Amino acid sequence: MAEDVKFKVSIDGIPVEVAPGTTILNAARQIGGDIVPPAMCYYSKLEGSGGKCRTCLVKVSKGSEKDPRPMPKLVASCRTTVMDGMEVQNITSPEVLEARKGVVEMLLINHPLDCPICDQAGECHLQDLGYEHGLAETRYEFERRTFDKIDIGDKVQLHMTRCILCYRCVFVADQLTPQRMHGILGRGDAAEISTYIAKAIDNDFSGNVIDVCPVGALTDKTFRFKNRVWFTKPVEAHRDCPSCSGKVTLWYKGEEVLRVTARKDEYGEVEDFICNTCRFEKKAISDWVIEGPRKVKHTSVISSNHYEQLNPPAVVRKNLALQAANKEEFDRAEKL
Amino acid sequence: MEPLSNRKKVLEQKPMNFWERIYLPAIFKGLSITIKHFFKRIPTVRYPEVLRPYSKNFRGQHSLKRDEEGRERCTACGLCALSCPAEAITMISAEREKGEEHLYREEKYAAVYEINMLRCIFCGLCEEACPKEAIYLDGPHVTADYLRKDFIYGKDKLVEPRFDYKKEQEPTA
Repeated sequence: MAEDVKFKVSIDGIPVEVAPGTTILNAARQIGGDIVPPAMCYYSKLEGSGGKCRTCLVKVSKGSEKDPRPMPKLVASCRTTVMDGMEVQNITSPEVLEARKGVVEMLLINHPLDCPICDQAGECHLQDLGYEHGLAETRYEFERRTFDKIDIGDKVQLHMTRCILCYRCVFVADQLTPQRMHGILGRGDAAEISTYIAKAIDNDFSGNVIDVCPVGALTDKTFRFKNRVWFTKPVEAHRDCPSCSGKVTLWYKGEEVLRVTARKDEYGEVEDFICNTCRFEKKAISDWVIEGPRKVKHTSVISSNHYEQLNPPAVVRKNLALQAANKEEFDRAEKL
Repeated sequence: MEPLSNRKKVLEQKPMNFWERIYLPAIFKGLSITIKHFFKRIPTVRYPEVLRPYSKNFRGQHSLKRDEEGRERCTACGLCALSCPAEAITMISAEREKGEEHLYREEKYAAVYEINMLRCIFCGLCEEACPKEAIYLDGPHVTADYLRKDFIYGKDKLVEPRFDYKKEQEPTA
């Protein structure tokens, strides 16, 4: 087969030409926009991820040019590769939307509704998905499964109750670190993410499990309950790091850096994995070269925080005459 | 200049007659109106002691609610501050320690919760945004004060006092 063969695919009626072997999800991402199926478990940077959460289900209404029969069931678009002449329906198919609604309800069966407490709230993919497809009320009548919080190392906290078992963190542990130290224990309903014998992960890239987690199951302990995401100001910055690319997003509040994360693209996937030194230890402004404010989608709650200016003008602080006048005013008020 | 709309009325000043010049009839006329009002129903009330009936949806000072076991409901999720159009609300959250389960309902709570009553416009959006039914604007009017700093209400003024619904335990704090 020639190298430059391109398959013609149409997704929701939009044609696109992609290389053979591309998945439907990635073909849709080449088009972009609303027709991209949501993905909770697929992560393009992690080999072997995908196929677990079923949120990316799409309908293939025409299998290929040679065999135009539709596929009998909805398929997971992150795992199904395209065929020449394939026609895919995502948001134009009511069947897909109905199925996705069911999947979201399924994901939320055991997920606690503790978004007011959860540090991930505001940048949580399950929250977005629930907002878009979820029911207002649960139909589940039984007790949700709960776990105690586990510390994975001294910087990462695992809140297994919130986990949706997407396995992304397992792939991170598998592929970014030389020895794997955490995985899934148990099967089916009893499955849980854990470290073997509660062993601490001390690899230099282990902090990335926080970034890949689509929900708030793995969270940064140094940021725990510090502030809500939408009150912080995301700023792009970089530094010379010997072990990673050093390109990060700093989350500011006032003048202090509350949190450091990797830069995420529009699908919530990190651009470069960053090391634990950058993530947990460099929390002073002097450590970083700031590039500018991070672009946030206007639909995101984070954009409700106005941060066009990195440091708002401190008129009073700079102007000595105003300072003196202010002090005088305060003194006068004190006398009363 | 010639007026454009002929609406202007020119008053003509007549000289006063005898009764107008001695003023007494006008004074008695005015006094009679004043005295008549002594015997009418007083429309005002003595406010702090006497209260008029309030509307059911009157919005006054905020109160941070407790649940049926007397624990604070607020979990410092920040949605009230997010929804506040006047940016009057700030808070600092903290994690509940072991042994504080009787004080705070959720594992996170507001260690500091401040509302600037000078900024607050009593729109009630915080009440609407609260997912924990923790804040309600069900208090009285916010009173006047002398200093600006005294209008920043902290948890000491906002959290509602403990009530003992069982009557057995003594009310604390």
